[in-house]
Amino acid sequence: MMKNRITKTLAILAAVSVTAAGFAGCSNRSDASKASKDLSGTITMAGSTSMEKLANAFAEAFNEKYPNVTITPEFTGSSAGLEALEAGTVQIGNASRALSEDEKAAGIVENIVAIDGIAVIVDLENDVTELTSEELAKVYTGEVTNWSELGGADEQIVVIGREAASGTRSAFEELLNIEDQCRYAQELDSTGAVLAKVASTPGAIGYVSLDVLDDTVNAVKLNGVEATEENIASGSYALSRPFVMATMGEISEQEDLVQEFFAYVKSEEGQEVIRQIDLILPE
Amino acid sequence: MGKQKSAVEFTAQVIFLLCAATAIAAVCSITFYMFFKGTPALARVGAGELLFGTVWQPTAAEPSFGIFSIILTSVVGTALAIVLGVPVGILTAVFLTEVANKKLAKIVQPAVELLAAIPSVIYGLLGLMLLNPFIYKLEKMIFADSKTHQFTGGANLISAVIVLAIMILPTVITISTSSLQAVPEQIKAASFALGATKIQTIFKVVLPAARSGIMTGVVLGIGRAIGEAMAINLVAGGSVNLPLPFHSVRFLTTQLVSEMSYAEGLHRQVLFTVGLVLFLFIMAINFVLAWMKKKGAQENG
Repeated sequence: MMKNRITKTLAILAAVSVTAAGFAGCSNRSDASKASKDLSGTITMAGSTSMEKLANAFAEAFNEKYPNVTITPEFTGSSAGLEALEAGTVQIGNASRALSEDEKAAGIVENIVAIDGIAVIVDLENDVTELTSEELAKVYTGEVTNWSELGGADEQIVVIGREAASGTRSAFEELLNIEDQCRYAQELDSTGAVLAKVASTPGAIGYVSLDVLDDTVNAVKLNGVEATEENIASGSYALSRPFVMATMGEISEQEDLVQEFFAYVKSEEGQEVIRQIDLILPE
Repeated sequence: MGKQKSAVEFTAQVIFLLCAATAIAAVCSITFYMFFKGTPALARVGAGELLFGTVWQPTAAEPSFGIFSIILTSVVGTALAIVLGVPVGILTAVFLTEVANKKLAKIVQPAVELLAAIPSVIYGLLGLMLLNPFIYKLEKMIFADSKTHQFTGGANLISAVIVLAIMILPTVITISTSSLQAVPEQIKAASFALGATKIQTIFKVVLPAARSGIMTGVVLGIGRAIGEAMAINLVAGGSVNLPLPFHSVRFLTTQLVSEMSYAEGLHRQVLFTVGLVLFLFIMAINFVLAWMKKKGAQENG
């Protein structure tokens, strides 16, 4: 009698657990198929103008894989993006800098998706091809004002940079330890403007993201290290910064769609997208 | 029938009222919003420090929000543009109305109107491509031996002032022309009859008679110059400095254009205060304009 009862209980338990396992298996399978086919909706992101290329590349590639998903990146500036994230108007806030303590305290999580290098550029006529970090700092703080002091021609240095709240500028100044000591001759409000001004002004020097570098200007070697992807990933190039796709709370707490997006970013395909626009992978 | 008509009348009146209310609502809400957003920073930073401080380091570890140089740049830049542009504008208007033969006037008049229609960013672009390199050459010549001058590459106050001076020309010319045309023929005839030459008549009789209209043009020009952002953003250099001719400078407008997108926290609030200061300047100019129109009407009446 007693024995019978135990057997019965065991049988019931076994049956229950099998059914549960079966259900679990089923739901797993349906999740997977949902991810590859039925994924639809919109992911909203806003933030850094420096991350325009990256965000657009991801939006395009993700949309190609999941045609029913649209990503709408806006380029309002790092801080504006994080503010929108905090206010809940976007799901992802793009920032081309590390987050401040205040921002982290507000619950924003810093997901570094790529690393960007900052190239130091001069006009094509300039024959200076190499600078040290100290020389660069001296140029930007106004201690050195003529290219002849750096082994170049007798030409005045026109110091060009970005406006005070730019992510590129804060990264540049921070990395050189010259925060708020810079004496800019021109403060421009976009990467493209810096590129154009340096290209057209004799004796000009400026800084831009590595990924927008083109052949209208020369990039100088820094401490003998060329501004290339390998050198930035290996850490031997002095000027680099993180590209953050911030979320409110951990990625695992996000909506399925956003989680799927980050899974894609970390997948082999996503990493290829990053590599293709000349950014460096983190780690 | 009569009832139907009155219903139509009534509906039309409501529609008119609503349209008028839109404009008033817009002005009121903008004014309210500017004060609402612009005043907190005044309290947090301190009005004196904010308005009369000369150090602008919004992102430093110990930020400093002095916008005095920026206010001064807008005032000085606008004043210089007026000094350069107004004489040219008024003399062009005199030429159009008094001196030029009709054929020539028919060529100049549309050219002036076209000048007014060109988008400001085009002025900026031309300034960037043509004016900046030229000014840089001048700068290199003038400061060839200077050890302390910071070379701006031609993007400085002078470039901005020249661009602004050209941009206010159409406003000054158009309004001056119409007020010169309004001067009664009898006055001129009387002047000629007294034996005055044409030039004497223009400067001693016609221009004084058209004075209030011309002043209106000048004030509108000031309004245009102080509110311009796009063009000077491209040519002024954009560093915060005292407004000396070969300094890279930043205006109230370009301050907003260049930093709003990236600013956060108190920095952002201060930018709203900058907007408020600009708004107050524009309001002041409009009050002056209204006062002058009233005075002009009294004189003519």
